[in-house]
Amino acid sequence: MPEPATRELTFAQAVNEALAEEMRRDPNVCILGEDVAEAGTPFKVLSGLVEEFGADRVIDTPISEAGFTGIGVGAAMTGTRPVIDIMFGDFLTLTMDQMVNQAAKVHYMSGGKWKVPMVLRTTLGATRRSAAQHSQSLHAWFSHVPGLKVVLPSTPYDAKGLLKSAIRDENPVIFFEDKMMYKLKGPVPAEDYTIPFGVADIKRDGDDITLVATSSMVQVALGAAALLEKIGISAEVIDPRTTWPLDENTLIESVKKTSRAIVIDEGYGRYGVTAEIASVIAEGAFFDLEAPVKRMGAMHVPIPFSPPLEDVTVPTEDTVFKTARTLCGKN
Amino acid sequence: MTTTTDRMKQDSQQDVEQYLRMYRRMVMIRLFEEQVNELYTRALMPGLAHLYVGEEAVAVGVCEALRADDYITSTHRGHGHCVAKGASPDRMFAELLGKEAGYCKGKGGSMHIADPATGNLGANAIVAGSAGIATGAAFSAKRAGKGQVAVCFFGEGALGQGVVYEVMNLAALWKLPVIYVCENNLYTEYTHCSETLAGDLLQRGTAFGVPSEEVDGQDVRAVYAVAKRMADRARSGEGPSFLICNTYRYTGHHVGDINREYYRSKQEELQWKTERDPLKNFADWLSNQGLTDAAAMDRIQQEVRQEMKAAVEFAIASPYPSPDKVEQDVYA
Repeated sequence: MPEPATRELTFAQAVNEALAEEMRRDPNVCILGEDVAEAGTPFKVLSGLVEEFGADRVIDTPISEAGFTGIGVGAAMTGTRPVIDIMFGDFLTLTMDQMVNQAAKVHYMSGGKWKVPMVLRTTLGATRRSAAQHSQSLHAWFSHVPGLKVVLPSTPYDAKGLLKSAIRDENPVIFFEDKMMYKLKGPVPAEDYTIPFGVADIKRDGDDITLVATSSMVQVALGAAALLEKIGISAEVIDPRTTWPLDENTLIESVKKTSRAIVIDEGYGRYGVTAEIASVIAEGAFFDLEAPVKRMGAMHVPIPFSPPLEDVTVPTEDTVFKTARTLCGKN
Repeated sequence: MTTTTDRMKQDSQQDVEQYLRMYRRMVMIRLFEEQVNELYTRALMPGLAHLYVGEEAVAVGVCEALRADDYITSTHRGHGHCVAKGASPDRMFAELLGKEAGYCKGKGGSMHIADPATGNLGANAIVAGSAGIATGAAFSAKRAGKGQVAVCFFGEGALGQGVVYEVMNLAALWKLPVIYVCENNLYTEYTHCSETLAGDLLQRGTAFGVPSEEVDGQDVRAVYAVAKRMADRARSGEGPSFLICNTYRYTGHHVGDINREYYRSKQEELQWKTERDPLKNFADWLSNQGLTDAAAMDRIQQEVRQEMKAAVEFAIASPYPSPDKVEQDVYA
């Protein structure tokens, strides 16, 4: 019996394939955004979709993020399943009322009568030399708001499976893609599959320390784990994959086993995802902890342009390695 | 064989039925709001409410041009839109009192009544917050191809919000079946619109190539006539319209806004109420045309009054939601 076909795809190809398959499956799925059609976005993630599905379903918009996101909310309430494309995560500021006061609240305010099955795809991540308004990772803001779901894939496999779940979900879902990861390759099954929300993935087994990492930071954590192995520290890498819903149990169980934890996320460190996850671990595994839970996020500065400045603002393999080594008492 | 005279009689009979339906709806809104004010003053209603009294002809005239499967979005001052689109007063009152039997199970309240059965996408407490939603509903309506129309009600205060112009531009580009209905009641909360609006308001629509008209919002027949034209235009695929209805808010910004002299005179209020009342003027016109008589209109008033009384009693007698429902309906 032949093996199911699993190819090596880039992260961008996996996103593209998820969209194409869902658009074939459901004629109500439409894409709206800036330069999504013939241009296929500046990242070329959507290349080929307008050719297959036409300009009625892959729709170029003016530069009106609030306007077309709001149209997405109303369209989702009335039978369309829109996938809204916000080119850079920094532009989410322009959609805040539509996402926070409208999309997130329609179901609850209407006593469960109206639903908003929409997906907003956007990007995060620094180190692209794009400066302060094209580099932020703002997923914590949306994780804070009841009514929204927040997805952060870290591999091509997860990107395809999670995006399909997002499109089939009956709620507004914000899907963050690390723009530095679009060329990352990984195995992706050709057949239809979905990945449920709220299920963390153990990307690497380990015994001495738990590295909880999201999105762009998963590869950083895996790199650090490889360095730690060389000095005899066994690191477990866990990717929550969705910050809401959050798989608290898998995080707590891992830390109960390892007794140490670092939470690594590319959003700003203060009041961010790392704070929330660290408190979940501290509350859930308090009596098993050998050291305080450590948080690593973006520095509390606007992302600078100059490479030597920008590079120190986000966690790296080296800084995670050193922090873990210290936490394990192996300095 | 039907003669021309017969047909004229038939048409005229239909007109009378329609006029009386419109009159009844306007009376419903007026008396609904009277009850809301009463509930507030008797401290039976949690929170506040924004009354639609004085603006009845706008909601009724516009919604008369709509089908049951057409969509509306409403505002913080939204009771009139809900009634005009066919909502039941008993479930509306229940919502205003935060009761389980309310349209939103008590989770929305006065500013968030929504009802899929009547195409009401929801009232919105963010000024211009529903501009995107209404335009999105028009996007779906165009895709569905069943000739549905979406109406976005908003006050002149919303003309200060950029999103209105973003979606108007998009609706014009994509020829979406949406009507933007601006209820200019002259006051943005406690500030006269002369302090908030520059230039020619109609040109804010025509600049996008959106047909834009202004109408006396106290004249329900005039509102209906222009709304009908705009709805027909939208249904036939010709795209959006912009309608400014000039109207007046008889009461304060909300039920607790009692002393208003610092922003408008009692004389001004009295003048609108006595000279330009939409119910009185419509009733006078119906009488003068010989289409109905005072007795018939009294009967309507009495019937509606009874209906409102019963609806309020239903709402007061209804149970509150159990606190364990608080986490329901966050996610579908």
